[in-house]
Order: sequence, then C-alpha cells, then structure tokens
Amino acid sequence: MRGPMQAVATKLKGRRGDSVLFEDIDFTIARGEALVITGPNGAGKSTLLRILAGLLAADSGEFSLRDHDGTELPVSDFAHYLGHRNAMKRELRVQENLSFWKSFQRSDSGEGMDVDEAIDLVGLTGVAHLPFGYLSAGQQRRIALARLLVSYRPLWLLDEPTAALDKRSDRLFADLVSRHLAAGGLAIAATHQPLGLENVRSLELSGIHSAASGESWT
Amino acid sequence: MMALLRRDLAIATRSGGAAMLGVLFFLAVVAVIPFGIGPDLNLLARIGPAILWIGALLASLLGLDRLFQADREDGSLDMLVMQDWVTLVLTVFVKSLAHWLATGLPLVLAAPLLGLLMNMSATATGAVMLTLLVGTPAISFIGAVGAAVAVVLPRGGLLVSILILPLAIPILIFGVSAAYAAVTDPDPFLPPFMILSAIALFFAALGPVAAAAALRGASD
Amino acid sequence: MSDTTISQGWFTSLANPTRFLALSGRILPYLATAAVLSLVVGLYMSFAAPEDYQQGITVRIMFIHVPAAWLAMMCYSVMAVASLGTLVWRHPLADVAAKTALPIGAAFTFLSLLTGSLWGRPMWGTWWVWDARLTSVFVLFLMYLGLMALHKAMDDPARAARPAAVLTLVGFVNIPIIKFSVDWWNTLHQPASVIRMDGPTIHPTMLYPLLVMAIAYTLIFFTLHLMAMRNEIWRRRVQTMRRQAAQSIGGGAST
Repeated sequence: MRGPMQAVATKLKGRRGDSVLFEDIDFTIARGEALVITGPNGAGKSTLLRILAGLLAADSGEFSLRDHDGTELPVSDFAHYLGHRNAMKRELRVQENLSFWKSFQRSDSGEGMDVDEAIDLVGLTGVAHLPFGYLSAGQQRRIALARLLVSYRPLWLLDEPTAALDKRSDRLFADLVSRHLAAGGLAIAATHQPLGLENVRSLELSGIHSAASGESWT
Repeated sequence: MMALLRRDLAIATRSGGAAMLGVLFFLAVVAVIPFGIGPDLNLLARIGPAILWIGALLASLLGLDRLFQADREDGSLDMLVMQDWVTLVLTVFVKSLAHWLATGLPLVLAAPLLGLLMNMSATATGAVMLTLLVGTPAISFIGAVGAAVAVVLPRGGLLVSILILPLAIPILIFGVSAAYAAVTDPDPFLPPFMILSAIALFFAALGPVAAAAALRGASD
Repeated sequence: MSDTTISQGWFTSLANPTRFLALSGRILPYLATAAVLSLVVGLYMSFAAPEDYQQGITVRIMFIHVPAAWLAMMCYSVMAVASLGTLVWRHPLADVAAKTALPIGAAFTFLSLLTGSLWGRPMWGTWWVWDARLTSVFVLFLMYLGLMALHKAMDDPARAARPAAVLTLVGFVNIPIIKFSVDWWNTLHQPASVIRMDGPTIHPTMLYPLLVMAIAYTLIFFTLHLMAMRNEIWRRRVQTMRRQAAQSIGGGAST
C-alpha cells in the first residue's frame, strides 16, 4: 500500500484577522499514531486543521506528508477532512451520498470499503435507502464518519468528529479510529472529549492571542 | 467527475426542482411583455427574439447563486476545494455544465413554445433556439465566477446577478443579432453566430479557471 | 371535492383518512365506469354532430376544448373550497384535495390552451393571439404552475399546506380582477381587430354532445382526483413510516 510514513508540521503560524492564534507549532506523527488537538473555544483548533487540510494558507511554516523515502505527497490526495458540517445532501439518499463521495474522492493510496459495509460499521444498517434529511443529527454525523471509510485516505483530519454523538457512538468512533491507525493510518483530531485511543500524542493550543507584529491596525 | 455531474443533476431534479423553476420564470417574464406593450402581433413578432433572449438571460441568472452556496452550506465545498488545481478547475467546469443541463437546456427547449406566443416565424424561433443553445452555456460558465465570488457573502443571490449581468452583455448582443440576422435578409447569420460561439468557448475556458481561483481564495 | 354535497355526518367521518380510503375505494370503480361510458358516448355524439358550414370539421375541436376550459375553472374552484377547508375547518384531507387537484387542473388548462391553439391556427391563421379570453386562461395556467412549484419546493407537505391555501384563495379572489383587467387591457389596445370566437349560435345538435362531454370531463376529473388523493395519502403514510424507520435504526435519535 502506497502511503505516507509521517506527517510533519514545522513552525506553523496561523491567524484570524489581526490576532495570531498560534505560532511555532511543530509536530511529527508516524503511521499508526494520532494527534489530538485540545484547547479552549476560539483557540484556533479549526483554523489549524483547515491549514493542515490546505483549505487555508498558513501565515508561515509548512505541513507536509512524506513517503518512506522522503518524497512529499500532496495532502489533497492523501487526507480526509471532516469539518463541522457533514458534506451530505439532504435530498439524496444515504447510499447516493456515500457512493458519490466514494467515486469522487477515490485515490490511488488504497481501496475504500463498500458503501453498505461502511454503513454497517457505523451501526446504521438499513438506512441506505433513506434520504439523508430523514436522519437525526447523531445519525447524520455517523454517516459523515462513514464517508472516511468508503474511500481510503491515510491521513484523517477531524474537526470535532464526535459533535452530536452520544456515548455509545463515541465508543464506535474510537473503534473506527483505532482500526484506521492499526491499518497504518494517521489521524489528527480537534476535540473536547477524550477519545480513548492508544498511541495518542496531544497538542494543546493555549488560546492566548497576540497581535500580529508590524502590520497591526490596533 | 461523472459522479459529480450525476449528483448535481439528481439534486436539481429532486425537491425544489430548479429546472422547472427556471422555465416557469422564463415563461412568466416573457408572458408579461405583451401586457406591457400591448397585444400587437406584428410588434411582438418583431421584438420576439430580443424578448426571448432577455427572458432566458434573466432566468439563467436566477439559480446561479446556489451553484456553490448550497455546497458551502452543507460543507461539501471544502471537499471540492481540497483538490489539486487542475482537478478543481475541472470540478467547477462539471458543476457549471450540470447547472446548464438542469437550468439552461430546459430554457432552450421551452423557447419554441414562447416563440408561438410571440407570433414568431419558424425561422426566427429556430434561430433563437440555436443561439440560446450556444449562448446559455456561456452564461452558466461566466456565471460560475460570480457564484464563486459571492460564496462567502451572506445574501449573495442578488449580488451574483448584478455582478454577472454586465459580463453577460456580449452574449446578449451577439445572440440577439444572430437571431435577427437569420430573419432579416441582407444581414448574414454566420458572423455574429461565430462570434457568439467563440465567446461561449472562451467563457467555458475562462470561467472555471477564474471561479476556481475565487473559490481557493474564498475558503475560510 | 364532492364532500360538500354529502351530509355533515359523512363529512366529519371523511376526516379520517382510513375511512376516506375505504369509502373512495368502493366508489372509484363506479365513478371510473361512468366516466369512461360518458366519454365514449360523448365522443360518439361529437363525431356524429354535423359539420359547421363555416368552420368545417375543425368545429369538433370545440367538444374537446370548451369542456376543458370549464374544467380548468371548476378545478380551481374546487381548490379554493379545499383551501378554505384547510384554513377554516382544518380538515386534514382538504390540503390533500387541494394539492392533488393542482396537476389535474393544470392538465385541463393546458389541454384547453393546446386545443384552442390548434383550433386558432386554421380559424385565425395564427397559433396564438393575445385575446382577452385566451390571455386570462394563460394567466390561470401560470397560477397553477406557480402553486405546483410552491408545493414542490417544500419537502414537508404539512408545512406547505397553509401557505399554499392562502395563495390559492388570494388567486381565487384575484381571478375576477385579472379577468376584468385583461378584458380592459385588450379592448383598450386593440379594439375588435382580433376575431372573436362567438361563432354560430349553438344548435342543439352541437349543444347535446357538448353537454355530454362536459359531464364526461367532470366525471373524469373526480375519478382522477379521488385516485390522486388516495395516492397522496399513501405517499404521506410511506413518508411518515420512513421517518419512523430512520429514527429506530442504530439506537434511535442519538443526539
């Protein structure tokens, strides 16, 4: 299986408007490891994840995925990003939603599992034919997690993955991440809740903002 | 990419029915014209091609703001933007194409019916259909830029129309003049039609690239 | 809706969809048979009627066209009554009746526009004129389509019910105004240049087929309407069951 050996961040700096949210963020995680980002609201957890996903530009510093021989791999092809919103269409059936993402996010890093299999794994056997809009908030979130399974990408970037989930689903989620790590994947998650995972490093964002030097308006 | 095309078409035809709404709006806009200027059939026949074109232009601007906004609201847009540059441009192209198939093509197909109401000759109706067939995709492609720019704005709907209307004026000019050239004898049909086609091709290339750039910049 | 002609006790018992389904299921075969029979008789009489000395065979279009135009208006009246039922009595089936009458009404309106256009071509030399009568039917058609779009835009039928009812009633109140203004508009702009479709005074040989056709159309309408209402009730039940099914899967509403 082709895939990155490690994800490396060096001296990442991110800001929102004029205030610097975080500076000098360095970490390295290898296959089978997870990084949990914690911190108070507004500390920049989501911003950091969006920078890692390439959706926002970092102020400075860089994040890269590297192969075992050191070649850089594009994050856009090797990472799944799960944001606050579920990226599913209410008017389409669960099956249609997942099949779409399965073929749209196909990557050469490996095969994802069947749509039905993924639905079974998140414990929602039997919802495939229902419109996504019919599901409750928790069920919708679990289908959003199933998207990570239907196409294989080694790095998971998860922003509050367990929002709207109950206790039982929390465990289900922890199992999914463990499986992913055991198969040689990597995961970076921003969350308030302990995920109950092994092989976890943690990164705490202080939430203390400083004004950007030089070009500040204040 | 076929999956994206299928998904967008499926959404357009399910609840809400963007395709039907566009045609209805087209029908309503064209139908109020005679109330404004009177039921003079000769006059209507003369201005018919222009009225149809203006109606089609307004109708195709109608659903444009939802092109990316809907994907942004449910979070899908992140996944669409999170691709390499070429794939993103291709994605925008496919989304614009799906938008045209769902809203532009029905307008082209509805044009003959409205041609009847406007008492237009068969030639004029055919010419309008042909020019719309070439012109409406151009509106969708250039409209994608406006939709991408407006994606971060809370009430983008009206703004998209305001941004795009001036850009779509060349399409209107050459579309209408080609349609008229087909019915008035001395004017040749081909030159304005070729220019219209050239504009359509140009916008099909420019629109997706510009829209992709705007989407990259807009993600927050 | 035929409810209004039925006595009060039946009216309330019809509020129960299950009772309605059972009752309409019994009525439907007879209604459908009567509709088909009267249509066959009506069509036969239409073709047996003598040709018009001026219009020739095209006059037969009238037997299709005129009842369709009548039905287009009757159907809107049915919808207005049903909308009143939704707003005033909150009759649970009133919304179903109003919603399902829409496409049928639109179809009759379209039929009358289409046949009128086909009739106008040989008579007036053009497919369409902005004659007051044609125009008001056209506006009616637009209203039908607008209401259909409104229903389609709402994914929850219960939430679409009241706004659609209000709009239907506003439209109903507006119909005379539209009719009046269109008459005034047309005569103001172009007096008497459009050929009126007064035609010859109707002779009994024409009148009887026309009446039979009108009865046939009405029966067809009620047959289709009952069938559509039954469909709509089933559709809503399926939707409810699907929602319930969704909630029961995977440990229920896990919020």
